[in-house]
Amino acid sequence: MKKKITIALAGNPNSGKSTAFNAITGGRQHIANYPGVTVEKKVGWISHKGYEFEVVDLPGIYSLTAYSLEEIVSRNFLVNERPDVVIDIVDASNLDRNLYLAVQLRELGVPLIIALNMVDMAESRGIEVDPDTLSSLFGVPCLPTVARIKKGIPELLDKAMEVAIKDPQWQPQVISYGRDIDESLRKLEGVIEKMEVFGKQYAPRWLALKCLEGDPQVMDMMKGDPDAIRKIEAIYGKTTKHIKDTLEEDPEGIIADHRYGYMTGITKKAVKRKIEARLNLSDQIDRVLTHRAIGPLIMIIILYGIYEFTFWISEGPVQWLDIFFEWMKGMVALFVSEGKLYSLIVSGIIDGVGGVLGFIPLIMFMFFAIAIMEDSGYMARIAYMMDRVLSWFGLHGNSVLPLLLSGGISGGCAVPGVMATRILRDPKERIATLLIVPFMNCGAKLPIFALFIAAFFPKNGAKMMFIFTLISWSFALFSAKLIRSTILLGPKTPFVMELPPYRAPTFKGLVIHTWERTWQYMKKAGTIILGFSLIMWAMMTFPGLSKEEIRRFEDEKMKLIVSFLSLPESKGILKDEKDLQDLDSLFIRFRQAMVKKDAEALKILEGNPLYPVVEGIFLEMDPTKTFPSSYLDFREKRADIEAGEQQAVVKKTIAGRIGHVLEVVTRPIGFDSRINIALVGGFAAKEVIVSTLGTAYSLNEVDPSQSGSLSERLKKDPLWSPLLAFTLILFTMLYVPCFATLVVIKKESSWAWAAFSVTFNLIVAYLISLMIYQGGTALGIGLQKG
Amino acid sequence: MKKLIRLREMAVNQSGLIRKINTSGDVGRRVREMGLIPGASIQIQGRAPLKDPVAVKVMDFTLTLRNSEADHILVEVDDEKGEV
Repeated sequence: MKKKITIALAGNPNSGKSTAFNAITGGRQHIANYPGVTVEKKVGWISHKGYEFEVVDLPGIYSLTAYSLEEIVSRNFLVNERPDVVIDIVDASNLDRNLYLAVQLRELGVPLIIALNMVDMAESRGIEVDPDTLSSLFGVPCLPTVARIKKGIPELLDKAMEVAIKDPQWQPQVISYGRDIDESLRKLEGVIEKMEVFGKQYAPRWLALKCLEGDPQVMDMMKGDPDAIRKIEAIYGKTTKHIKDTLEEDPEGIIADHRYGYMTGITKKAVKRKIEARLNLSDQIDRVLTHRAIGPLIMIIILYGIYEFTFWISEGPVQWLDIFFEWMKGMVALFVSEGKLYSLIVSGIIDGVGGVLGFIPLIMFMFFAIAIMEDSGYMARIAYMMDRVLSWFGLHGNSVLPLLLSGGISGGCAVPGVMATRILRDPKERIATLLIVPFMNCGAKLPIFALFIAAFFPKNGAKMMFIFTLISWSFALFSAKLIRSTILLGPKTPFVMELPPYRAPTFKGLVIHTWERTWQYMKKAGTIILGFSLIMWAMMTFPGLSKEEIRRFEDEKMKLIVSFLSLPESKGILKDEKDLQDLDSLFIRFRQAMVKKDAEALKILEGNPLYPVVEGIFLEMDPTKTFPSSYLDFREKRADIEAGEQQAVVKKTIAGRIGHVLEVVTRPIGFDSRINIALVGGFAAKEVIVSTLGTAYSLNEVDPSQSGSLSERLKKDPLWSPLLAFTLILFTMLYVPCFATLVVIKKESSWAWAAFSVTFNLIVAYLISLMIYQGGTALGIGLQKG
Repeated sequence: MKKLIRLREMAVNQSGLIRKINTSGDVGRRVREMGLIPGASIQIQGRAPLKDPVAVKVMDFTLTLRNSEADHILVEVDDEKGEV
């Protein structure tokens, strides 16, 4: 007697299969991919009555053909892994179609149990299913369940245990497909039984059936036996011709029709309809939500509402995280003295990872809102309404989900966006979608936009943001059109899709959905971003200045200090350098207290002997004003030297040299080496751009107000104009997917497509920037600072 | 026998019986596995804002398909009042 039982969960999409999986396994589950493909494999574990159950959630499928990755994966799993029991989760109110998969599972021969899920919903719609009748007619156990509230789940496990203990042989069900096909099947069986290319795990009749269906996987397996192939093709050809002549159909269609006939025979006896409710609630909702005029309007309102909601609700948490990271920096400062190690921890690790983690609330709430749309069934309606537009661009209605996740309504992440392209069946549509997804305005690009909008378009903030959203969509869509009419030319895939009935999402389902995607984003921060910010930090720190150069700046500073201390007005107040340091530190603390209007803090400072001096500077109480003005003058000159030193450092570093070399290419679009450095950094993660610009523009972090904030600083810089800011925004919007996205693109396609993605995006970004910058300069647009 | 028309030509709310599916390959397979089979009774639920795709009620659920796909499905309509 075995103690471990493997269960495979099969079922149509929207049959409540994931809910059932969660209800069976509880929290203990693990997500991986099936070997070699990008189809998700969920496995969960549970102990039940002394047995260990391993539950494998097969992908949601409608059929067991070999035309989609999901179907092949499911079939291979069933045939090769031979689970002890297969539970088919069917929607009880939709048996006429849901049983189509069950019939095929029976034909394959797996030990099957049917879970009649959502029987409560079916009953409320006047549909009554008799499990016993269904069970006896279908020849497998049928149990009613309501997975949402875990009803019937223990009984289901009992039954699974019972079936597994008996350790049944596979028993392929034989269905009649009419005289012609049955006869061909018998002939084919005769040929197949003598073939050795198939393993023993397939029943000959099933293989024969697949031959008539033209199943590509089975055809492929036969390649090793050309003699048999000839015989099989002869029978297939004859049957096809005969059926075409008599019924104007192909065998595949006839087989499908007979399967449905078999099912209808059963459901007619097992399903009773009390009332013919022609227009249920879900249909009534659809009358409004997919109405030709009101539908799109409501969709826009909902999408805009989500945008407003996520930004509003995540504002607080984002600030808290910000404060938390500042606090961490403060803690580091207490234990580590200024220098390379301090800079490594603060700039390399905390800033790098914090920049990404800081967005988590925003991204989490965005994913939560999207999960609501998905689980309620509204996402399918968006796909339905958008399909006409998207299919014109060579995409598919279902491309909407990846685009929205990646930042289609501003603030998402391309990593889960690229992963979501899995819902697209056709490889060409899928690749086209994942190539354009990085154009969307993900959460990491928003601070860059915010910075430049604040500096150069302060009056039109919201409007500019909206314009950038529209621009990113147009680039995405027209690029898709370009890609789909050149390198990915190909027919559209069918849009035969289900509009599932509206359902109230379960909280658990929403949390699991949101968490899975947020976790993908967090993993990026923990691994790739950390690695890259360390590399970027090193590139922006080393090799640094030579000893002589450092000494030169030190000497210059020293000279300035000596001359300041020897001024007549300084002499009475400051004796030596130590006094000057005290004054500097008191000055900063005094100003901080003033800015925060913190009377307590001011009081603490009062005991300091230099307090009257600082008070004199700030409150202009010194009638002569000579010392205050000299001191402020001194501070400014010192800051200039420090800024010069930092700029010299940046220029000398590896990043600085790269940025300098790139100037040859970027001069026509207005970018200097400092911007180039930031853009190179942005390849690791777009979050890095703002902080790198900060460093490149040598913001003195100890005293930010000295040089003004970065946006103030940019405004003052002669290089910058609204035109340059606009060009740079477009460039960052388009130029490359970040490294994490690239890794995912590779996982979902290949290195070749990942490389194409970088090249394509760079070319698009460069050409557009060139047009805008050169055009704007020639026409004199956007050169004045507002 | 009543007149057969293509599913694309049906009007919103019009109902009928599918009589023939005139395509094989991916579209034919997909259409069938989703329950659009000869003999199934259908009703047009609505059309997307740009008239394409079309939403069809079949068995007890709603399916969507593009007009280019609906072209292959021949339907015996219940009455002809809503014909476009």
